[in-house]
Amino acid sequence: MKKLNKYSRREILKTSASTASVFALSTGFPTILKAENNIKIGVPTILSGRVAQLGISVSNALNMAVDNFNKSGGLDGRNIELIIRDSRAKPDEAARVCRNFINSDKVDAIINAEASGASFAVQEVIRESGTLCLHTVSETSRLTADPSIRAWNAFRFSRQGIHDAVGSARYAAKIIKEKGLKKWMSVNPDYAYGRDSDDTFFWALEKFSPGFEVLGKGWPKIFQPDYTEVITQIARKKPDAIYSSLWGGDLVSFIDQASLYGIFNNTQLFAINLADYTTMSAVKNLPKGLHSATRYVAAWPNTQDNRDYDNSYTNLYGDHPTNWSWETTVGIDYLISALKETGGTDNKKLAEAIKGKTRKSFMGVGDGNTVSMRDKDQTIIDYSIGWGTTIANDPYMTNIQAADWHTIEELEKEWLTDKGWL
Amino acid sequence: MDIFALFDCIISPACLISQAAGGLKIGMLLFLVASGLTLVFGVLGVINFAHGALYMLGAYFSWQVMSVTGHFGLSVILGSLGVGIFGLLFERTLISRIYNAELLVQILLCYSVVLILDDLVMIIWGDEFLSSVGVPKVFQVPPLFIFDAIIPPFHLAIIGMSFIVGIILWFIMTKTRFGRLVRAAAVNPKMLEALGVNINLIRAGVFMLGSFLAGLGGALAASLSSVVSGMGNSILIESFIVTVIGGMGSISGAFLASLIIGMARSFGAVAMPLFTDGLMFLIMVLVLILRPQGLMGNKKQ
Repeated sequence: MKKLNKYSRREILKTSASTASVFALSTGFPTILKAENNIKIGVPTILSGRVAQLGISVSNALNMAVDNFNKSGGLDGRNIELIIRDSRAKPDEAARVCRNFINSDKVDAIINAEASGASFAVQEVIRESGTLCLHTVSETSRLTADPSIRAWNAFRFSRQGIHDAVGSARYAAKIIKEKGLKKWMSVNPDYAYGRDSDDTFFWALEKFSPGFEVLGKGWPKIFQPDYTEVITQIARKKPDAIYSSLWGGDLVSFIDQASLYGIFNNTQLFAINLADYTTMSAVKNLPKGLHSATRYVAAWPNTQDNRDYDNSYTNLYGDHPTNWSWETTVGIDYLISALKETGGTDNKKLAEAIKGKTRKSFMGVGDGNTVSMRDKDQTIIDYSIGWGTTIANDPYMTNIQAADWHTIEELEKEWLTDKGWL
Repeated sequence: MDIFALFDCIISPACLISQAAGGLKIGMLLFLVASGLTLVFGVLGVINFAHGALYMLGAYFSWQVMSVTGHFGLSVILGSLGVGIFGLLFERTLISRIYNAELLVQILLCYSVVLILDDLVMIIWGDEFLSSVGVPKVFQVPPLFIFDAIIPPFHLAIIGMSFIVGIILWFIMTKTRFGRLVRAAAVNPKMLEALGVNINLIRAGVFMLGSFLAGLGGALAASLSSVVSGMGNSILIESFIVTVIGGMGSISGAFLASLIIGMARSFGAVAMPLFTDGLMFLIMVLVLILRPQGLMGNKKQ
């Protein structure tokens, strides 16, 4: 039979396959190899529901830092690849997402941007796997204060409840002295963080200014829309001051509703979580003179580095950073530095490179504007904690006073001893 | 539990009036939402798990109208009407297909709508909570003092507004032809259809009214509370408690139960601040044991 073509079908197929292979080797394969060679970081966080802003501001902070790192050549050509997934604020889902990062995605490290409940679940997963983990959101002290929960491969870059409590109580004691605030009430969200915050604040306040009286405590549920029953109690008992660890939309609703009763005309509010841009800008007619810790404001610390950070973030995302943003930025900065120092992704070497290190940071108040990763409990210290009073418009905070880290650490020791954790 | 604190409160006019006014405000806002839920269940037999999402839509719509017009009254009216129209479309396109379906199908459909709406509002209005709509200028005045009890005038306005809506609802249901048809549809829809009444129109009207009430509750709540995706979840649970206590399908029962829940939360905060939610469930359990059909419910239901 006469061949219709110069080449047989088999030859054509063979040639095509060879050409395809050569093409793939010259273009596609290196791309695949490059992706495989990336430094993978898994980020379980909250991207849906009422706290979605948490995950979004964390993602923004991470993308900003990682883009800069990759553009500057990465780690000898190896880029950081972020894999950010939603846990929907559920501890079991956070643990599942985390296991998938480790088992399926084979991540080199985890940046855990979960709230407190889910952070404990993540901690158990990474303890088992030995994956390097950076906690950048949870503020519950126990996560790193309780030795039974700590892990060699876990580091906390988020602020800690006991640090804030001491800073808050020290500031409140000054105001008590100036204004004679004797009768107190508190309004805290009815879950682990709210109870911890209430306990540690009044514990610390007793140290600085004993002799105050607590007239009552309100425990609204998280995301409760109506605070009437708590506010009527405040209106009736007429305390000199209120301590609150409500946050986000809950705090905004509480302030708006309490203002209708004229509560803040005669009562000082110490709201630890008020001074974040998203919260302050949402309050209708923000009353002048409310007291708050500086969660994140461009005005504090009052340094060019901090203002530059705020500008870079705002230019990229059209919104100010949040408290979660700066915590995550400090965390990824430490990780990048450890990658450069060790030249690879060995988790033990990375952990050693992070442990005990002091680094310059826009949020640092240590010598030369530094923060430190404390060796013994692998938690960040010397970050900026300030307290001040609100004003109606940007910069929203005035009369900001810095907390003293020497005092914070002294009282922290006492608190740890009381808890049996030292 | 501090029973002495409760006793002290009851014998003190300032505390009694203050907590009662607070309870009344909580109860009346809850009544607006719960009456819509119980109406839809009573007439259509649908357990509308998306009712809380409609409440949330009312808050978002109201916020949007307020930011465009700056007019509080308009924001409440257009916000609630918007949800009513959304409810009509929801009923015609989805709910009408599941009237005879099993409960599980109803729940799945409604829950999927909740998830879609929760995400949709975040896509449209952003993932961060929005500030409250705010109190109209006329009510931005110092609170009233009645026997030393502090009462914000705006709370009195909300109570009054909710009460008027309750009366209008009662009038519609008992004194108008539409109300008679609705009640007839609740008892025997097939007979009503056989008599030549357009039952689909009745159903659509009832669902629209129920949605309007949820939207109204959300629009009024948005005046004092930040607006955020998922804000309808907690009110949905409370509305179900009200529906169970008052009796499934009973609007007068919803009114009574809303007041009970409002007072329980307000006075419960005095005696047992850590158990106010538990107290609501406890009342519901007691009603289910002693009077399973609810305080004003029909035994058959």
